[in-house]
Amino acid sequence: MNADAVAVSGVVDLVGVGALGAVAVALGVAVFVVDSMARATFALLGSFVAVAGLLWTLGLAYLGAVTVLMMTVEMAVMAVFMVAFMMNPAGLMPMTMVHAGRSAAAVATTVFVVLVVGVWVVDWSAVVAGASTATGDGMGPTGSAGAAMVEPTLQVGRAVMGSHMLVMLVVGVTLLATILAATVLATDRGRYDRFGDDLSRRRPDDPVTGGLPR
Amino acid sequence: MTAATVLWVVVLALLLPILQTRSLREPLRSGARLLAEQPRRLPAPDVLLGRLAVVLVPSAALLALAVVPVGFAGAAWLSTSADLVWFNAAEVLLWVAWWCAGWSPNSVLPLVGAYRFLAQGLSYELPLMFSLITVGVAAGSLRVSDVLLAQQGVWFVVVMPVAAAVFMCAAAAFASWGPFAGPMGRDLGGGVLAETTGPARLALSAGRALFLGVAAAMTATLFLGGPAGPVASGWWWLLLKTVLVTAVMVALARRLPVLPPDRTVDVAWVVVLPLTIVQALVVSVLVLRGVL
Amino acid sequence: MTAVQPLIDPLTMQVLLSVAAALVAVGVFGALSQQSVVMVMMGLELVVNGVLLAGGGAWAAISPTRPDGQVLVVMGLVVMAVEMAMGFAVVLAIYRARQVDMVDMATDLSG
Repeated sequence: MNADAVAVSGVVDLVGVGALGAVAVALGVAVFVVDSMARATFALLGSFVAVAGLLWTLGLAYLGAVTVLMMTVEMAVMAVFMVAFMMNPAGLMPMTMVHAGRSAAAVATTVFVVLVVGVWVVDWSAVVAGASTATGDGMGPTGSAGAAMVEPTLQVGRAVMGSHMLVMLVVGVTLLATILAATVLATDRGRYDRFGDDLSRRRPDDPVTGGLPR
Repeated sequence: MTAATVLWVVVLALLLPILQTRSLREPLRSGARLLAEQPRRLPAPDVLLGRLAVVLVPSAALLALAVVPVGFAGAAWLSTSADLVWFNAAEVLLWVAWWCAGWSPNSVLPLVGAYRFLAQGLSYELPLMFSLITVGVAAGSLRVSDVLLAQQGVWFVVVMPVAAAVFMCAAAAFASWGPFAGPMGRDLGGGVLAETTGPARLALSAGRALFLGVAAAMTATLFLGGPAGPVASGWWWLLLKTVLVTAVMVALARRLPVLPPDRTVDVAWVVVLPLTIVQALVVSVLVLRGVL
Repeated sequence: MTAVQPLIDPLTMQVLLSVAAALVAVGVFGALSQQSVVMVMMGLELVVNGVLLAGGGAWAAISPTRPDGQVLVVMGLVVMAVEMAMGFAVVLAIYRARQVDMVDMATDLSG
């Protein structure tokens, strides 16, 4: 079964897409409705898995798999933080912790209405026609009426290392900065706590000694 | 295809218990005992997440099996342009499953085991990803059939031994077995599985054994040439390689003690991760020079 | 050379974009209304989830020969990772400093 370039067309596929989308939205709503924080975390994960499934039906095999991969790890780590920092991790007592709930609902409804009106009012066939007469991104053969169709994984790989390399550079440096900043913010012990006031200890004074002799 | 998959699922689920207990009847007997056992329930468990865990472990194993070429003709159920990432995603679902399995009985020891698993998971995940990336770099593609094609000259275990070793260790770690059985260890009274009994325990244990078998089959596919090879070729050759990989893992695990996670985390981040990056660098240089 | 057909028709894309709009709306509601820092972050994650879906749907319907939609999705994934990492680090730091985990009590920078 070849799962690339799966095109969605026809009424049945439309219903399937709509159903999967409804599941994603329902699980998103469930995040803020359930009392148990652990279940809220995994409801969010379910929403992401539904969106990844939709990406997969569009032919984006790599992006769908990467979304599931990244989000699962993130939600597992978030579950730990939920249990650590939230009052009601198991949902044993019903509670709602909202402030300014009504104005937030008003803003959210406005956002939804504006976006949906925009989506259904725009003449997309004109946009599609305009896009198909533009040249390609410079990586593939740029004929008179658009570039050739490349496998999506190959397409994004070539783009990120070629025409869109700025994205790769920025992402790489940003992630490195994030790792360093998060580590600095998260630890409460610095060099002087570990090695003494004059940094003279040979072995660091850690509560959990590691596996290496250093 | 279905017949081949059923055969593989049965063989892989039983392979690890048979090799570990060195008896054919013992795994079946303990499985039957678990089926008939009355499940024990503690006050206020999280039933939804417990059931999610019980369903997720075997399902993740089956999802991972979908990209292994188990068919009688050497095809897999699924051939996407990102098979390696699919396998990685199926394996990561185990994180959710083991955390939920530890959370749901509302008991301290399983929860501690679940947290230990997450700490261990963070340590092995990056080296595992880098070893998969190295395979993708050498094959020029993330598709398993392309990986098999690229191994027609030489098996990848010769080109990237560090990646192969890391993959096998990560397989033991995400099944929380052997030297990486800290989350289910004796010092926690069974850890994540301490309070699980009955059919749920059977599903979790069988799913865990199945996933380890699938990982062994994936090792044979990615690093040992899969169904093809210099001596023979065919689906039974892949099965034989899988059995050999599992036997090697069981033999090694018998000689190693259970490594406490607070020691393996240090070694994983400071030694193993740089090694996998260097391995990826070496393979990339080889690919650029045209050797691979 | 004939133009390559888009992978999905505009109607399907409109359905997908409506779903994405719903996800963004639910996320905005969560980000604005929740008191706990972790829940606010989950709302922001839902917003970026909607962006991911919109990017993928637009790619498939408008220009599957160009990688721009996919690069947008990759950027969305990175934004989520960075936001999550920094959010948790800040939660840890502020909790350690002042035993606070509600946004209402972390108002140092508010005018």
